[in-house]
Amino acid sequence: MNGMVSKLGWGAFAIFGAACLGVVALERGESINAIWLVSAAIAVLTIAYRFYSRYIAVTALGLDANRATPAVRRNDGLDFVPTNKWVVYGHHFAAIAGAGPLVGPVLAAQMGYLPGTLWILFGVVLAGAVQDFIILFCSLRRDGRSLGDMIRSELGPVAGAIAMVGILMIMIILLAVLGLVVVKALASTGTQPGSPWGTFTVAMTIPIALLMGLYLKFLRPGRVLEMSIIGFVLLMLSIWLGGVVAEDPVWGPRFSFDGKALAWMMIAYGFVASVIPVWLLLAPRDYLSTFLKIGTILLLALAIFVAAPNLQMPAVTKFIDGSGPVWSGSLFPFLFITIACGAVSGFHALISSGTTPKLVANETEARFIGYGGMLMEAFVAIMALIAACALQPGVYFAMNAPAGIVGTTVESAAQVISSWGFVITPEMLTQTAKEIGEPSILGRAGGAPTLAVGMAQILHGLVSGNGMMAFWYHYAILFEALFILTTIDAGTRVGRFMIQDLLGTVYPPMRHTESWTGNLVATALCVAGWGYFLYQGVVDPLGGVNTLWPLFGIANQMLAAIALVFACVVLIKMKREKYLWIPALPTAWLVICTVTAGWQKLFHENPKIGFLSNAKRFSDSLAKGELLAPAKSVAEMERIVFNQYVDAVLCALFLLVVLSVVVFGLLAALKARRTDQPTAQETPFVALAPSS
Amino acid sequence: MSAAASVRSAWRWLRELGRLIVGVPSYEAYVTHMRAQHPDATPMTYEQFFENRLEARYGKGRSRCC
Repeated sequence: MNGMVSKLGWGAFAIFGAACLGVVALERGESINAIWLVSAAIAVLTIAYRFYSRYIAVTALGLDANRATPAVRRNDGLDFVPTNKWVVYGHHFAAIAGAGPLVGPVLAAQMGYLPGTLWILFGVVLAGAVQDFIILFCSLRRDGRSLGDMIRSELGPVAGAIAMVGILMIMIILLAVLGLVVVKALASTGTQPGSPWGTFTVAMTIPIALLMGLYLKFLRPGRVLEMSIIGFVLLMLSIWLGGVVAEDPVWGPRFSFDGKALAWMMIAYGFVASVIPVWLLLAPRDYLSTFLKIGTILLLALAIFVAAPNLQMPAVTKFIDGSGPVWSGSLFPFLFITIACGAVSGFHALISSGTTPKLVANETEARFIGYGGMLMEAFVAIMALIAACALQPGVYFAMNAPAGIVGTTVESAAQVISSWGFVITPEMLTQTAKEIGEPSILGRAGGAPTLAVGMAQILHGLVSGNGMMAFWYHYAILFEALFILTTIDAGTRVGRFMIQDLLGTVYPPMRHTESWTGNLVATALCVAGWGYFLYQGVVDPLGGVNTLWPLFGIANQMLAAIALVFACVVLIKMKREKYLWIPALPTAWLVICTVTAGWQKLFHENPKIGFLSNAKRFSDSLAKGELLAPAKSVAEMERIVFNQYVDAVLCALFLLVVLSVVVFGLLAALKARRTDQPTAQETPFVALAPSS
Repeated sequence: MSAAASVRSAWRWLRELGRLIVGVPSYEAYVTHMRAQHPDATPMTYEQFFENRLEARYGKGRSRCC
């Protein structure tokens, strides 16, 4: 009887979800309310969790409640600690949710809300959450070891080394693209001044973090929460002070910089921040940014649920043909690499095989933490998409289209964007900039500012008042920048150790992580790596985000493909081939997407998409002695050609990495098929002691 | 459970979550573990424990999600 009621309940819920999804997918003409989208998302995610994740957990993987997890077996109170599953869930979610699920969907909004929504929902259910869950499961059965380690033991040392190089390349591109997001949010472009308010507020995070670091080290050691509250108050004060500074006729202009200057500051900062002790800057800022991030997500949810904005962006725009101004390339494959975090993100495989498996108290909880945690991230991505689509499309395109396409004045931007069918006047653009306390909103690509304006407008509907829009805008910018600076610092450090490790195989003294020479050389190499791409993005006439985000997307999805290939191999080695389709389906899709996207970025005849054809366009003109806009000299022309080749080489390397891991995966799978015993390298079964 | 007690337990839970999110696991659990498993060893003080965790989390940098 009870089962009957439950079945009826789920049936009714499924019909409700299908109805909401139907409204989202089929509604044309009048704008629809965000609540339809939110309801459809909640229904799809809940049903997927209840049925699909249960099927994977119980039938396909056979999670064993009696098997002791690493946290139980190796409990040391430090790294391995059996922890309440809700606490682990919160920890895991905080670790996977970053700037990615907030930026990708905003960029994808140029194709309308529908393609992004569908990819996030179907992607997460069939690919992203599956990946996070299976990798967590694998790591739980292997003493909480990392993805690279597990690949080495299941696919062989060569595959492991290739995966490591792949991870290093992703780090470099990630740091460059995130740095670019900050630069784009703050820099002046052409005749448009920069953002003194934003720049001042972001700069203030450095002394605040230093102060908090000293506080935590000497004044009140270990009082993290207390310090975070003080830091938060100081950050809010700096937002207010930023407004005062921006108004000031003397100080305001001193905080307005162009992209090149900001890029150099970022590079210098990244170098210094990653060689000084971690307690001084990195740790306190990470605490602040983590709490601020959770706060922002809650705020975004509150805004959307209470204000229930209408979506002004059409369901599908004409830019699905690949002619979009924000990023070039058609819906397939580029939508699927533009939204990575939120649908499927390879980076999560690193988190799921990082600290989380060392905390899980019972193997069966992997379903809730791995699969469920990723569903929550998808929901954040949906909310970011809503915030972007709730904006007037004209404002959205003015902020995200590069100056090379819409010009550098509000008049030219309004004219070009209106000609696309998104009617906007120069006055509306100026008015929006004024409301958020900025001199201009043009050319603020990179997601963060768009999300900030979207959130500011939605929140304004809740708490209105003089200057509230400006406050919310700069709060969102601060959150994004704080988060990104922390990533740059921590990422540079990771890159440095990886480089020391790699160089150490050639020249052993490089391996000494205590040595200052090794430290400085490897840090400089790492900073030079991402700094090069950052600077290239800043001087790129098409705005940089255009080029770098697809490269990053390809890299991230490539990592996901690697993780999923590994998951496939493990299932085969466990002799659970019957369920191979569960990881194989998303693996195939990701390999197809990354290889197609990588191929098009290399060889597409449209110079806006293909690196090589763009290089050829410039070198052909160079041969004829002509200058192509925006280059103003022969040297600039040559630099553009060179950069295109560098991007092409990188893209080819990504392709090589993913294809070779597929080959190694196939070899390992074939070998496993030849024996009739399970060959997965799990740590031996230890029974969970009854009520320990 | 009385209202006051449930507020207190919710606060404890939140505090534990807040700390774990930034890489500091429960100090109480650590001390309990040390007392039970290594009764001869002196557990670290909270301050030492905190520094130990800070170094473990950030010492080699952290690969974070995008």
